[in-house]
Amino acid sequence: MASIRRRRSVAGLLMTAPAIIAVSLFFFVPLVLVVWISLHRWPILGANKFLGIDNFVRAFNDEAFISAASFTALYTVIITPILFVIGLTLALLVRRQRRGVGIFRTVFFLPVVIGLAAASYIWVWLVQSGIGPLLNIAVWLGLVDSNTNWLASTQGALGVIVVMITWKAVGMQMLLFMAGLQSIPVELEDAAKVDGASRLQTMLYVFLPLLRPTIVLILVFGVSHSLLAFDQFYIVTGGGPAQSTITAVFSIYRASFVSFDLGYGSALSLIALVVLAIVSAVQLLLLRNSDND
Amino acid sequence: MRSALSDLRRSLPRVFWYVACSVIALLFLYPLLATVLQSVKSPTEAAAAPPTLFPETWSLDNYAALVSSSGSLDITRSILISIVIAVGSMVFTTMLAVFGGYGLARLKFPGANVVFFMILITFMIPFQAVITPLYLVLAQLNLTNSLLGVILVIGTFQLPFGLFIMRISFTAVPRSLEEAAMIDGCGILATLRRVMLPMALPGILTTALFGFFAGWNEFFAPLILLTNQKLYPLTVTLSILQTGQEGTLNWGVLQAGVVLTIAPCILLFIFLQRYYVSGLVSGAIK
Repeated sequence: MASIRRRRSVAGLLMTAPAIIAVSLFFFVPLVLVVWISLHRWPILGANKFLGIDNFVRAFNDEAFISAASFTALYTVIITPILFVIGLTLALLVRRQRRGVGIFRTVFFLPVVIGLAAASYIWVWLVQSGIGPLLNIAVWLGLVDSNTNWLASTQGALGVIVVMITWKAVGMQMLLFMAGLQSIPVELEDAAKVDGASRLQTMLYVFLPLLRPTIVLILVFGVSHSLLAFDQFYIVTGGGPAQSTITAVFSIYRASFVSFDLGYGSALSLIALVVLAIVSAVQLLLLRNSDND
Repeated sequence: MRSALSDLRRSLPRVFWYVACSVIALLFLYPLLATVLQSVKSPTEAAAAPPTLFPETWSLDNYAALVSSSGSLDITRSILISIVIAVGSMVFTTMLAVFGGYGLARLKFPGANVVFFMILITFMIPFQAVITPLYLVLAQLNLTNSLLGVILVIGTFQLPFGLFIMRISFTAVPRSLEEAAMIDGCGILATLRRVMLPMALPGILTTALFGFFAGWNEFFAPLILLTNQKLYPLTVTLSILQTGQEGTLNWGVLQAGVVLTIAPCILLFIFLQRYYVSGLVSGAIK
């Protein structure tokens, strides 16, 4: 018996080994390397030189990086509550089985399955000055005049990205909220109704506390994706106007793969990783289930 | 009169619900429909300002122009490359997740839970955050400017989700089935193939589907890891088209390219929705 268990355990290790090797090689090794490289001047060709913490000193004095980091924070602070509220509203709208609900669920979710790059190419055209159909609808409704160029101002460009990402990503939050809501027993909702709770009260005191695990999942993943946003800004705004919509990952990309200054790019990556870890940990702490403490 | 009024009162919220949902559905569909319509306008109409809502003349010229383009804009080659990357990531992720998931769920070895936990950490950190050292690791392995390198990176970062799904799927198979196969003399691999795999098929489909989507839709990894434009997949080739590096920008041709990029995703999703959604939901609730 013991030898069978031993054989199974050896087989288990062998079968898991490829996954362990892949994750180690392409995630854990880079995670360690990023620290080492960040302490060097590390051009793509030529000799490396140990610099100590110079790259970090440079980062905290680099106005372009500071402005990219604050823009990324601003974007995250704006997009997170929008996705949360609209995602939850859509989930409440389509959570019950009734005729036709499946079609609505599918349609609301559809933009999630197309790629972020493809979605960006659609939206950069939709809002293009002069020929963009969405812009022309706004002109037709009298909201803006015909020579408007949304992408020419920082607020306009940020607004376009926020609307686009809402369209692209809110279906995912809707689906996760639906799954969370379905795991709440119907009796609880009925009991709240019998006790005379209003819809808002049911939402605040019955649903939201029970949705806590779903909310943690949605917030932690949503915030980390927003903090690492790149594709949509690279394609739709190109970081413009006047580099005002450059995000943190965009500045890492420019340091490492445009200026080929891999040491500085790694320092920026490490700062981003530390911020990401802190923000995720704070969310997990704030939202942990206080009943289990 | 009273009953007509109460009928109205009862059906009014339902009517309101349908109207609200239909309006929202239209908002969600509009960008996709506009793109498809734009792609079948004639090239001159596609460049018109202000734009037309429906094509005045229907034409496939944009698609013809797209397919006949050559050099670094060879779309036929880009489509093939996108397929190679998508299928490659799908196969890589699925193979590793099936074996790893079985090992982690059933063939408990010392440290299996630690391994699973470490792999889940990867789940929380998108690879954008470690792209610089990742590039150097691939350069050391001679895997930059190589589709294999792109596949390994996308496949690896898709792996935590796959392992998670496969571990759940294998855990859900009743132990008695596995034991019966063992008693009948099946070895570990034969048990996996004959008993476990058929039972875990929905999980495998979910893993494969997500692997395919991840590879097909990825933009950042090929942008960074490939410098030879001839190796660009569709997502990145379209950025050459969009920035007009090869002559003037043609929005009709670009949108034709977008339609080719999104069509497989939408079709696969509509036909395999069950596996797509069940995978996500089981991941979210566990």
